[in-house]
Amino acid sequence: MASVVLHDVAKRYGDNPPVITGINLEIQEREFMVLVGPSGCGKSTLLRMVAGLEEITSGTIEIGGRVVNDVPPKDRDIAMVFQSYALYPHMNVRENLEFGLKIRGTPAAEIDRMVNDAAKILGLEGLLERRPKDLSGGQRQRVALGRAIVREPSVFLFDEPLSNLDAKLRVQMRAEIKKLQHRLQVTSIYVTHDQVEAMTMGNRIALLDKGKLQQVGAPLDVYETPQNVFVANFIGTPPMNFIRATVTEGGAGLGANGIKLPAPAAARGALASRVGKTVLVGVRPENVVAPGRPTRGATAALQLTVDLVETLGDEVVVHAHQGEDQIAFKMDPHHPPEFGGKVSALVEIDRLHLFDADTQQRIAV
Amino acid sequence: MPRSRISEEFPHGPLHAMLAVAVLVTIYPVLWVFSIAFSGKQSLAIADLPPTPTAGDRLRAVVPWPEKLSVSNFTSVMSDQPFARWMLNSALVAIFTTLLGVFLACTAAYAFSRFKFPGRRVGMMAFLVSQMFPGTLMLIPLYIIIVQLLGLGSSRIGLIIVYATTSIPFSVWMLKGYFDTIPKELEEAAVIEGASAGKIFWRIVLPLAKPAVAITALFSFMTAWNEFILAATFMDKENMYTAPVGLRFFVGGFSQQWGYFAAGSIIVSIPVVLLFLYLQKYLVSGLTAGGVKG
Repeated sequence: MASVVLHDVAKRYGDNPPVITGINLEIQEREFMVLVGPSGCGKSTLLRMVAGLEEITSGTIEIGGRVVNDVPPKDRDIAMVFQSYALYPHMNVRENLEFGLKIRGTPAAEIDRMVNDAAKILGLEGLLERRPKDLSGGQRQRVALGRAIVREPSVFLFDEPLSNLDAKLRVQMRAEIKKLQHRLQVTSIYVTHDQVEAMTMGNRIALLDKGKLQQVGAPLDVYETPQNVFVANFIGTPPMNFIRATVTEGGAGLGANGIKLPAPAAARGALASRVGKTVLVGVRPENVVAPGRPTRGATAALQLTVDLVETLGDEVVVHAHQGEDQIAFKMDPHHPPEFGGKVSALVEIDRLHLFDADTQQRIAV
Repeated sequence: MPRSRISEEFPHGPLHAMLAVAVLVTIYPVLWVFSIAFSGKQSLAIADLPPTPTAGDRLRAVVPWPEKLSVSNFTSVMSDQPFARWMLNSALVAIFTTLLGVFLACTAAYAFSRFKFPGRRVGMMAFLVSQMFPGTLMLIPLYIIIVQLLGLGSSRIGLIIVYATTSIPFSVWMLKGYFDTIPKELEEAAVIEGASAGKIFWRIVLPLAKPAVAITALFSFMTAWNEFILAATFMDKENMYTAPVGLRFFVGGFSQQWGYFAAGSIIVSIPVVLLFLYLQKYLVSGLTAGGVKG
């Protein structure tokens, strides 16, 4: 197993502005690291640079302590799973699994053993003689995984491997990949645009936007302490509510067009120097509590007008507003409010997230 | 299923009659060739008209059916005439043209499809432009190069070189179009698994491009098999004639052996027809391959 270290990695095509700038990231041995971000953020390019399919404009990439900038992909001891699976259509499953081993001159007996082991791990034993076109999406995905694990590489690279599957299969394969990685203990880098996949699968997640690393951390840390507005907005469904507010009362109050909130006690010191300035107040939907549900810590009451109710089954998501400020939160599905009706809710003040309106960065408390 | 507009607006009877006439017009010359070939005679006419022909006689004279069926034209064209030898020349030239042309076109098209190099666009455009000139324009330069400079007149190798070269532009365009549709991820996956560029080409790309390769091969073969003008110019010696040149020999200035000509034409068509039948499953997918990703 090997660690992967990216040091000041940048990528630029010709004279265009760089698509990736100054990425510093250390992926430890056996770690499952998820690179997540919106499309076009550079996450796939970054993965392809680790694979050696794209050249690095500047910086270094180390795999297992060795700088691999000029090492061809085949000598990096990696395996990659592609979004489109990239199975060879003219070969059956066994031939697909064997291809890399044969190319590398592995002895026939060894190939047999390795292919059978991989097939067994992934439940492909009955499918070895079939062509990719005769397989379902999930089975193809499994063959693609098989092709990655059969060579026993020291790093797995996944490039949005589940985005071609239907929702149900995606959840199932998500668990399978996670279990597989846990069992094989291979360092993995997984690229996805789906924040749920990132949260559920990663030991740590790295968020990218516009070619820059925004935050790296354990899923829960990132969720609870987003370092900037982008991260706060990207992680979590429904996304965090943002209220543009002015700091008042010497840092003790947050006034907005429609909503007035007391500032969290812990943040008053930090806000004291910002009186009269604008901040973004972030509220997770679960910290807006419907009447009758338990709350934690200090609260402030909201009187909201309902715009939209989305039924999810176990709960409903209510989109409402007070003044010009939009708030989404969750309620009991059996007593949903009416469209256009009034509903009251309590905001848990100690769980507010505060961001500088200009820099978009979290205000440290 | 909705009825097509044609069937709504146009009565079927006249439509069928019109199509039947069109079919008749199309196959009439072919039937004529068949009837001459099987007539056992060398005359263009199928029936001899009496001095005062009746309407029936006249009708009989234009119906392409011989008075007496005979295969003598076929047997003597193959045994008494050097036609078998000419067929062999044609076969060798066509087969080696196909092998050489397809090999060069495949490798060139792959490079054009996948690698970035100076002259890539210009090269493709040059191939396209070269197709816009009539072939006879090249007759004299090619004669000078092949016969006078290389000394390959009346040689199969000379013809093979010329045919392979002239078929390459079309073949490269055809194959490049297909290679472009083969997903790059397949090659990237192979790169990561450790395959060299050569292995990727032979073991991944070429097997996947089978339909396009088949079409290109068919095209190369047919071009070489049917070509007349260049072969007639380069091949002076009678024993080096290709089949199309040989056919012309039967109806030259002093001989009017239409029977041999017709029988020879049919024999010459057989390999191409068989090849078409064998490759037709690739034909549709091959010709549309560049347009839509399947």
